[in-house]
Amino acid sequence: MRSVYLWVPLALFAFFAGLAAYMLTQEKDQFVESTMIGQPLPEFALDPAYAGLPGAAKADFTGKPRLLNIWASWCLPCIAEAPQLEALQKQGVEIVGIAIRDRPEDVANFLAKYGNPYSRIGSDAISEVQLAIGSSGVPETFVIDGKGVIRYQHIGDIRESDVPKLLAELEKAR
Amino acid sequence: MIAEIGLAALWLAAALAVLQMVSGAAALRTGPAGEANPLAIYARPAAVVQAFLAVLAFLLLLRAFAITDLSLKLVASNSHSMKPLLYKLTGTWGNHEGSMLLWVGVLAASGGLLAGFEKRLPERTMGATLAVQGFVALGFYAFLLLASNPFERLPVPAAEGTGLNPLLQDIGLAIHPPTLYAGYVGLSVAFSLAMGALLTREVNPSFARVMRPWVLGAWVLLTLGITAGSYWAYYELGWGGWWFWDPVENASLMPWLAATALMHSVSVLAARDALRTWTIMLGVLAFSMSMLGTFLVRSGVLTSVHAFAVDPERGAFILGLLGLYIGGAFTIFALRAGAVAEGKRFAALSREGALVFNNVMLSAILAIVLLGTLYPLLTEAFDVRVSVGPPYFNPASAIFAIPMLLVMAVGPLLRWKSDKPARLQFELALIAALVIGVIALVSFFGRFPLLPLLGLGLAAALAVAALLPLKGRKLARVPVATWGMVLAHFGVAVSLFGMACEGAFSEEKLAAVAVGGTEQINDFAVMLDAVTPVAGPNWTAIEASLAVRQDGGEPVILTPQARNFWSPPQSTSESALLTKWNGQLYAVIGNQAEDGRWQIRIWWKPFVTFIWYGGLLIGLGGILAIAGRVKVDVTRRRAASKGDQRRADLEALGAVAPQPAE
Repeated sequence: MRSVYLWVPLALFAFFAGLAAYMLTQEKDQFVESTMIGQPLPEFALDPAYAGLPGAAKADFTGKPRLLNIWASWCLPCIAEAPQLEALQKQGVEIVGIAIRDRPEDVANFLAKYGNPYSRIGSDAISEVQLAIGSSGVPETFVIDGKGVIRYQHIGDIRESDVPKLLAELEKAR
Repeated sequence: MIAEIGLAALWLAAALAVLQMVSGAAALRTGPAGEANPLAIYARPAAVVQAFLAVLAFLLLLRAFAITDLSLKLVASNSHSMKPLLYKLTGTWGNHEGSMLLWVGVLAASGGLLAGFEKRLPERTMGATLAVQGFVALGFYAFLLLASNPFERLPVPAAEGTGLNPLLQDIGLAIHPPTLYAGYVGLSVAFSLAMGALLTREVNPSFARVMRPWVLGAWVLLTLGITAGSYWAYYELGWGGWWFWDPVENASLMPWLAATALMHSVSVLAARDALRTWTIMLGVLAFSMSMLGTFLVRSGVLTSVHAFAVDPERGAFILGLLGLYIGGAFTIFALRAGAVAEGKRFAALSREGALVFNNVMLSAILAIVLLGTLYPLLTEAFDVRVSVGPPYFNPASAIFAIPMLLVMAVGPLLRWKSDKPARLQFELALIAALVIGVIALVSFFGRFPLLPLLGLGLAAALAVAALLPLKGRKLARVPVATWGMVLAHFGVAVSLFGMACEGAFSEEKLAAVAVGGTEQINDFAVMLDAVTPVAGPNWTAIEASLAVRQDGGEPVILTPQARNFWSPPQSTSESALLTKWNGQLYAVIGNQAEDGRWQIRIWWKPFVTFIWYGGLLIGLGGILAIAGRVKVDVTRRRAASKGDQRRADLEALGAVAPQPAE
């Protein structure tokens, strides 16, 4: 009887090793979802990120749904999503940008090179607003309804296939 | 060139590990007449030289960090030329590759110490032990050299480094990880010894006496490492808590629990020749838990604030090593442990009985922590994300901790082999009265949560019970090791008292304060004097100046900061602490609100410091236990060598003494 117990540690370990091996082969979903979805935007008023556009504040999110795009000129995926933002803007979507830890001249260069879909861009030099709305990376895009409530979060760059989903969410937020 | 020498030293050390393994294994094969295998003589020197090489490799990496050699990939991605020198040095082990090298360096060093100084073990057991040690080291050399080379060069040297995670730029990091690593790795020696003894079936008291200092040493280091880590998390993360049941904290707690059980078990084996299987099992378990911790932290299967750069390939490698060592060890355990002769028997009510009970309780707590840590992994296999926190860990571990603490109070008073409750009537009544009395007294003053309440009662009883073994003894003649036990058990009571007070009596205040405004907490009046920007070598911060007056006395200035590091960009909250003998005032500054007021968070945590004082006492108790054992050992050796000397003298005298006249 005693000899059976002696195998228990090995059996437990084998179970763990099997589980861990399985989990290692799984694609891991590293996205951190914002807990702010469904909540109103926190109070904020950011200075303009460069001379060409006004800054961004909570007060700007009234009347109709808008996109809030968290981005930065130093962020490579932001270049990849620029055409999609442009396309969204062409369909009449208003996009408010928040530039994270950026410099005015870099922002101006980026917009000159990859197009400017924004109506306003606030400068968040210490990621303060970014963290407050529950964004953990760049780029992220939020759908904000006409009452300033966060309705939807898109993590990562916007691909072409994501555009209809965002338009639908904007419609839903109306 | 320096980096290449380091790399070469690592390769050589790996080659010596192979030699150590082969030569150690050869010691198990004796000749037909019982003579030693000629190959066996290489195991000890191989271990010693290997230790030298591995430590050299680590020192060379340390130098590369000290001079910020940006041609090394590791330095470029984890350091920065603007960093203070101390943090450049600690940055050496603030990353995956460097900390693995430290791990391996300590592993090799402890193998070298064992090989160089331990002469009490039979050569066959020693050979088997060194073979296992070499085998373990080899796996980690392979991991370093093939999957995480710390000396990798960049094709073009970087212009500037990318910095070190600012949370890690703290004096806590200078001590905490190396202490823990030394502890983890000390357990590898216990593991190798357990395997060696199992392979040669020499599980006996003399083996236990060899194993004990390693277990004690590792346990002391783990205790101090965890204590320091807990304090670091407390003041550096700025969340006001001292234990978060984070996977990495658990990864350090689990080997500690196993080592605590092992330490007691090995003492019983040394003193009474009982608990043979337990000792072997715990020896394997303790090191398994250190390795499991390494795997969990570095593979990225679990998410944690401590996570290193995540890399599934490395995870697979460590899992492979884990399977090889732990799977192998448990297989040998299952096959061999049945063949180890049973130790001495004892009654349920005896010191051994109490120790077995507490070994079971410690193992149960270990299982609870392990289950809670791995549960998210299990549910994620079914695509459900959960996070297991205090609501599970606290009550579940308390179920086993409470009986354990009660038995711990009584156990040291019991006699070996068998005892009668009647003999301990007074002590038992005293302990029960203290538990019930303190709980009743505290409940009288207000309503408090159950666990802290129980904790207070148990702490009081345990503090008194810890001193009872000294009752009626001449204090000057009490062995040093017994003082160690008394101190460590008393330390548990002190720590428990701190935890219970923090849980029951903490006060918290979150307020928006304008400059000049005052907040009251407990009997402290906290006034926000000013908020000023300050700059450090690689950060800028908003610093609040808080004038704290206790009962209208002289003000003390506290300066909590919200820091922003720019390389890499990250913000941290630097708490400010006001330590009194009976607790700490803990202040953190938050954001500025629209109207210009500042968010200030203040806690008054009565006796919170006792948590760490207790940890220090426990560690000190362990050190005394080691000192006591070493003292006894040295005295015994000296007496033995004196005896030998006298015998030799007598023989010499006899040889030249004139023969009695016939």
